[in-house]
Amino acid sequence: MKHACKPEQAAEMIPDGSVVLIGGFMAVGTPERIMDALVARGARNLTVVANDTAMPGKGIGKLISAGAVSRVIASHIGLNPETQQKMISGEIEVELVPQGTLVERIRAAGVGLGGVLTKTGLGTPVEDGKPTVEINGETFLLETPIRGDFALLAARQADYVGNLEYSLTAHNFNPIMALAAETVIAEPQLIVPVGVISPDSVKTPGVLVDHLIERAA
Amino acid sequence: MEAKEIIARRVAHEVKTDMLVNLGIGLPSLVANYLPKDVHVFFQAENGVIGLGARPPEGMEDPDLTDAGGGFVTALPGAASIDSAMSFGLIRGGHLDMTVLGGLQVDARGYLANWMIPGKMVPGMGGAMDLVAGAKKVVIAMVHTAKGAHKILPECTLPLTAQRRVSLIVTEMAVIEPTEAGLVLKERHPDVSVDEVIAATGASLIMHGDVPPMQLT
Repeated sequence: MKHACKPEQAAEMIPDGSVVLIGGFMAVGTPERIMDALVARGARNLTVVANDTAMPGKGIGKLISAGAVSRVIASHIGLNPETQQKMISGEIEVELVPQGTLVERIRAAGVGLGGVLTKTGLGTPVEDGKPTVEINGETFLLETPIRGDFALLAARQADYVGNLEYSLTAHNFNPIMALAAETVIAEPQLIVPVGVISPDSVKTPGVLVDHLIERAA
Repeated sequence: MEAKEIIARRVAHEVKTDMLVNLGIGLPSLVANYLPKDVHVFFQAENGVIGLGARPPEGMEDPDLTDAGGGFVTALPGAASIDSAMSFGLIRGGHLDMTVLGGLQVDARGYLANWMIPGKMVPGMGGAMDLVAGAKKVVIAMVHTAKGAHKILPECTLPLTAQRRVSLIVTEMAVIEPTEAGLVLKERHPDVSVDEVIAATGASLIMHGDVPPMQLT
């Protein structure tokens, strides 16, 4: 059983300089209360791995605005002008990764695979400096795993075992990131008694989750 | 009729019943408005839903149900919510029948550039590289020229999105099919002559006999 903690306690667990995998797509499925707590703690020098950096004032956009981030690995930063400005000024280093490749690189780290072979990115700037591999006469790009120190997830509901159930398009990167970090912190909207979530509805088994954030007020 | 509507109406004829289709944001998303009534398809939004529906009435939005542009949507009966690994597994794995995407440039090889303008626009590729590399059919929906400058060129000058020949280019002037031999002019807008299409195109066009008018109803 896991005791639910406050977002502030989670923010204290995450040292400056950590690599954090953060769920969400344009802030849908991002743990907003952990984002707020990291900003309040004055976190610095984080490497954020996420689909995108949302927009100013929402989700990961809050961390960008607060100057908490020095490196971003993402598929898209186009809707956050602050990320683009900070990339141009050199304050944030940005690595752009195709979305499908990004999720598989994270998954590879989480499921014990040494890399991903994909055709995505061949013949484009994504290929630069990376080895290619021939398999059955076809060429693939070799992409390496991405592991986090922390995974910060949002879920619709959890139980006190840590089982997670997600909502609609708020799944996105969350169930994958749950596999790929040393410490996994989940922020559910609700925490229900053990047994309430049907085993068939659990998308992230509780064994993967280290800490739960208390339910939303 | 506005250029965007002409393009969307013509692309709509490429959509056939039972296809799984992914529409890009912007112009491509308009295609859904012009589907023939007897055509029934599932639309995928790569952030995690198959069976995307129209925007809900005001006040009935679900914050956890958006499309890949971050706009509120609905899920139709029979819809499925999926995580990003499943979503891009469908895209890369050949399960997506068709994608419709915008284009900055397409060249005589049928290669597409649509994700960055070095030094000017670096939003990130998002899902575009996976979509072009993986979808069974890739339709490019774009205006024929950029304020008079050619967008259909002998070779793209912007970074490529994928090393894969796209299936069809639909503009307000013409329908062009990239083939091994080069770009084949298949159809023209009823009010546009073949000579006008040739003048507005930077790459040479192949014609097999008469070029019929596009179907716009």
